[in-house]
Amino acid sequence: MADLNKCTIAELSEKLASGECTSVDIVNDVLASIDANDGKVGAYLTLDREDALAQAEAADEKRVAGSTLPMLGIPVAIKDLLNVKGQPCTCSSKILEGYIAPYDATVISKLREAGAIMLGRVNMDEFAMGSSTESSALGKTSNPWNFDHVPGGSSGGSAACVSADEAIASLGSDTGGSIRQPAAFCGCVGVKPTYGRVSRYGLTAFASSLDQIGPITKSVKDSAILLETLCGYDPMDSSSIDMDVPAFGKNLTDDASLAGMKLGLPKEFFVEGMDPEVEKSVRDAVEHCKSLGAEIVDVSLPNAKYAIAVYYIIATAEASANLARFDGIRYGMRIDGKDPADLYAKTRSAGFGQEVKRRIILGTYVLSSGYYDAYYKKAQKVRTLVRNDFTEAFKQCDAILAPVTPTPAYKKGEKTDDPLKMYLDDILTTPTNLAGNCALSLPCGFASNGMPIGLQIIGDDFQEETILKVGHAYEQSTEWHKARPSL
Amino acid sequence: MKYEATIGLETHVMQKTNTKMFCSCKYEYGAEPNTHVCPTCLGYPGALPVMNEKAIELICKAGLLLGCEINPYSKWDRKNYFYPDMSKNYQITQADEPLCLGGQITVEVEGELKTFTLERIHQEENAAKNTHVAGASLVDYNRAGTALMEIVSNPCMSSAADALAYMTAIKQIMQYGGISNCDQEKGQMRSDVNVSVRPVGQKELGAKVEIKNMNSFAFIQDAIEYEIDRQISVLESGGTVVQETRGYNPDRGETFTQRTKENAHDYRYFPEPDLMPVKVSKEQIEQWRSELPEMPAQRRVRYVEELGLPEYDAGVLTASMDVSDWFEETMKHTQNAKAVSNFIMGEMLRLLSEQGLTISESRVTPEKLARIIELIDAKTINTGGGKQIFETIFNEGGDPKEIMEAKGLAQVSDDSALEGWADEAIANNPKPVEEYKAGNPASINFLMGQVMKASRGKANPGAVMQMLKQKLDG
Ligand SMILES: [Zn+2]
Repeated sequence: MADLNKCTIAELSEKLASGECTSVDIVNDVLASIDANDGKVGAYLTLDREDALAQAEAADEKRVAGSTLPMLGIPVAIKDLLNVKGQPCTCSSKILEGYIAPYDATVISKLREAGAIMLGRVNMDEFAMGSSTESSALGKTSNPWNFDHVPGGSSGGSAACVSADEAIASLGSDTGGSIRQPAAFCGCVGVKPTYGRVSRYGLTAFASSLDQIGPITKSVKDSAILLETLCGYDPMDSSSIDMDVPAFGKNLTDDASLAGMKLGLPKEFFVEGMDPEVEKSVRDAVEHCKSLGAEIVDVSLPNAKYAIAVYYIIATAEASANLARFDGIRYGMRIDGKDPADLYAKTRSAGFGQEVKRRIILGTYVLSSGYYDAYYKKAQKVRTLVRNDFTEAFKQCDAILAPVTPTPAYKKGEKTDDPLKMYLDDILTTPTNLAGNCALSLPCGFASNGMPIGLQIIGDDFQEETILKVGHAYEQSTEWHKARPSL
Repeated sequence: MKYEATIGLETHVMQKTNTKMFCSCKYEYGAEPNTHVCPTCLGYPGALPVMNEKAIELICKAGLLLGCEINPYSKWDRKNYFYPDMSKNYQITQADEPLCLGGQITVEVEGELKTFTLERIHQEENAAKNTHVAGASLVDYNRAGTALMEIVSNPCMSSAADALAYMTAIKQIMQYGGISNCDQEKGQMRSDVNVSVRPVGQKELGAKVEIKNMNSFAFIQDAIEYEIDRQISVLESGGTVVQETRGYNPDRGETFTQRTKENAHDYRYFPEPDLMPVKVSKEQIEQWRSELPEMPAQRRVRYVEELGLPEYDAGVLTASMDVSDWFEETMKHTQNAKAVSNFIMGEMLRLLSEQGLTISESRVTPEKLARIIELIDAKTINTGGGKQIFETIFNEGGDPKEIMEAKGLAQVSDDSALEGWADEAIANNPKPVEEYKAGNPASINFLMGQVMKASRGKANPGAVMQMLKQKLDG
C-alpha cells in the first residue's frame, strides 16, 4: 500500500500529473483507511463507495484526455449539512431522515467543476449546534489522537477524517468556530473565510449572518488550493460578494520569511482559565513568527469579551427561524397529528435533539415581543462594537495571532451536562464570525497528554491571502503539522 | 347616541412579474399543482432567496402613482408563524422600513370628493394555496413566493361606500399602471378590513376588529355594513367590542370570531439575514417616474382637451382600462372621436352587457368600427345604417362594406329620388307645411321623418333637409 491517503492535495496533484498514481488508487487507499479505522473514529455517516470509484475513474479518463483541473481526482469529504444532489443531507438530525437533496450546493458545483470527487458525508453536531460533535443524533465521532476525547465541533467529522487520513481534505462550516476549533482539536488546518467570500447556497443554515463554508486540510497550502475552488460570487446568494478571487494556492511561495509583517497580539485573548500549555504553545508560536522577521505589536479587542453573549443571542434567533422549515410537511420525518399544530409539535419533539431544542427556545425567546429590544437589538449593537474593534486593530497590524480554544480537546461527556461551559469554548472564535472577517487555525504544538494545540491567525476582511501567507511561513519552518495520530 | 365608524384597509395586490419574488419559478394561474416550484419556494434546506428586481420596479411605480414617497433605503424582515401555506414557516416581508411611505388618492363618493391617505406599501411574498378535502389538507405551492404587495391605508374611511370607492380607485390605478391585473377571481387582489365604531365626539378610536382575506368588493361592503351594525348594537346594549380577528361568511352575510387578542400571534419580526437592504437612487426613481403610464384622470383630461369629448363621455370611456384602451386603438384609425365615443357608449356597452362579454371578446374590432364611421362620414350610409352594420358584425362578424351592400344600406343622395319623396311628403301633409310657413321651424322635422320613412332610412338626412327647405322657403 502506497499510503496515498496520507498525502496532501499538493503532493497528490504532482503524483497524478506525473502518472505516479491514479485517482482510483487514491480513492482505494482512502477507502481502505476508512475500513481500517472508521470503526473507531466514527467520522463517516454515509459513504457510497461505487459512486466514489466511478467519479475517480471519470477523473482519470479526463486526465488522460488532457485535463489539468486544480482538484482533479482528489477525494473530499463533505460535512453532512451541504446539499449534494441525490445524496442524503441529514445535518446529523433525525428530523431529516429520508430527505434526499434535489440539488447541489454552489460549493459542490464548484468542486465538481474543479474535478474533485465527492467522497462521503461526515458527522457533525446536530444542525451544527455544538462544539464536540456529541450532539449528533446519528453517531459518535472520536478524536483520532485519543479516542476518549472529542474531535471538537461542529465540523468534528470533517476534522477527524482528515486527521485520521480517511480523507485528503474536507469541507466544514464555521458559525462560531466550527471549522477552526475541530481543526485545532484534531491537529489539522482550517479556514473560516470572510463572510460573503464563499456562497452559502445549499448550506443548511444554522445562523445565516454568521455561517461560512471552508476547508479542513493537512497543510496550509492545501487549504489555499481548496479555498480558491470554493470562493467566488454567486448570484444565488445575496450575501455573496462580487470580487476577484486571488490565486491563493499559486501565490504561496516557499520562502518562510515574515519580514516586514506586523502581527498583532490581543491581550484579551489570553483569557482567565486558559490552559497554561495552550498559552505556552501559542506564545512560543508568536516568538517563532518574530524569529521569521515579523514585528509583534500589542492590539486590543475590548469588546471581544461580549462575543459569547452576543453570539448566543443572534445565532439562536436566526436559528429559531431557519429551523422552522423542518416541520414534517414537505420532507423528512413526519409524525401525524390531529391538526397541523399537533403534527408540528409531535414531529419536532421527536426529530430534534436536546441542544437544538434548547437553542430554538432561546432564539424564540429573544425575539419575542417585549424582549426583542433588550436582547436581539442590543446584541446587534454590540456586534457592531466587536466589528469596530477589529477595524481599529487592523490599522496597526496585518494579522492577529491568538489561541483557537482555551483548552485542547477534552474528554467525551466532560461538558455535555453543562451547556454554558461548552458555550464558553467558543470565546476565541466567535468574535470573528460576528465581525465577518477571516481566520485560520493550524497546529502549533501538543499538550502533555498528547492532544494537539492550535494557533489562530485572524485576518481583516478579504485578507485570506495574508493569513495563508503567515500560516504557510510558520508551517514551512515547524514540524507540528507533520505529526500523525497512531490509530 | 350617534355612532361613527372608522375603517382602514390592507389591500394585497399580486404584481405582474414573470417570476416569483425570491426565486426564478414562473407563476401560472391554474397550472397543475406543485409544478412551478423549486428548493427556494418549497423551503428546502440550504436554499436562499434572491430579490426580483422587476417586483421592486412595480411596487415603486405603484407608490409613485399613489403619491407615496419612495424609501431610499428599505429592508427585509422575517415574519414567523407556523402554517402549511408558508413553506419556511416564516414570510419574508418588510416590517419597519417599507419601500413606499405615505400617499393618498382622491375619489368621488356619492357625489362628494374625498381624499383617503395611505400609511405605506410594502413588498412581501405570497402564501401557498391550501385545499381541505375529506380527512386531509392539500397544499399547492405554485402560488407560494409570488410577488405580493400590501397597500395599507390609514384608518380614514367611514362607510362601506368609502371603502368601495377606495378599492375601485386602487384597482383602476393598478390596472392602468401595469402593476397588476387585479383579477379578484384569481386572488390577485384581496383585502383585510379594520373596522371600529365610537360615539360621535369621542376622540379615541373604538376597539379594532379585523376582517381577514376577502376578494369580492360586494362581500367587503356587506361585511363592513354588518360589522358596523354589530358593533353599534354591542355598544348600545351596554357591552364592549372585543378587539379580535373575524372572518366573513358570505352565505350567511355575517362575520364570526376567528382569533381574539389573547390568542394573537407574536410574529417575532427580525431582519432577514439572507437578503441585503434595498437601495433605490433618486435617478432610478426619476427614471421610473418618467416611464409611468397615463392614469384615468389624465386620460379624461386629454379626451376633453385634445379630442374635444364631453366630460361625461371621457368619464364613461375611462371607467375601465379595457374600454379606454379599445377607444384609443380605434382612434388610431379615425379622427372622429365623438362618433367612436357614441358607438362605444351606445351600441358597444349595451351589447356587451346584454351578452355578458368583455370588450376584448367583441367581434367588432377597433379597425372595423373606424371603417363604419368612415362610411358614415363619407355619407355613404347614415348613422342608422352604421348602427345596423355594427350590430350585425357584433353578432355574426363580417366586413362593414359587404354588410352594407348585402343589406342595401347605402344611402340615397340622388336628387331625383329625394325630390320624389319630398314632393310626396309636402303633398300628403298640408298641416305641418302650413305651420312651418307660419313660422314654426320645428314642423319641418315631421316632413323629414316622412321622407326618411319613405326611403326606408337610406335617404341622406342632410340632403333631405336642404331639399325640403328649398321647396318650402322657395
Ligand atoms: Zn421557486
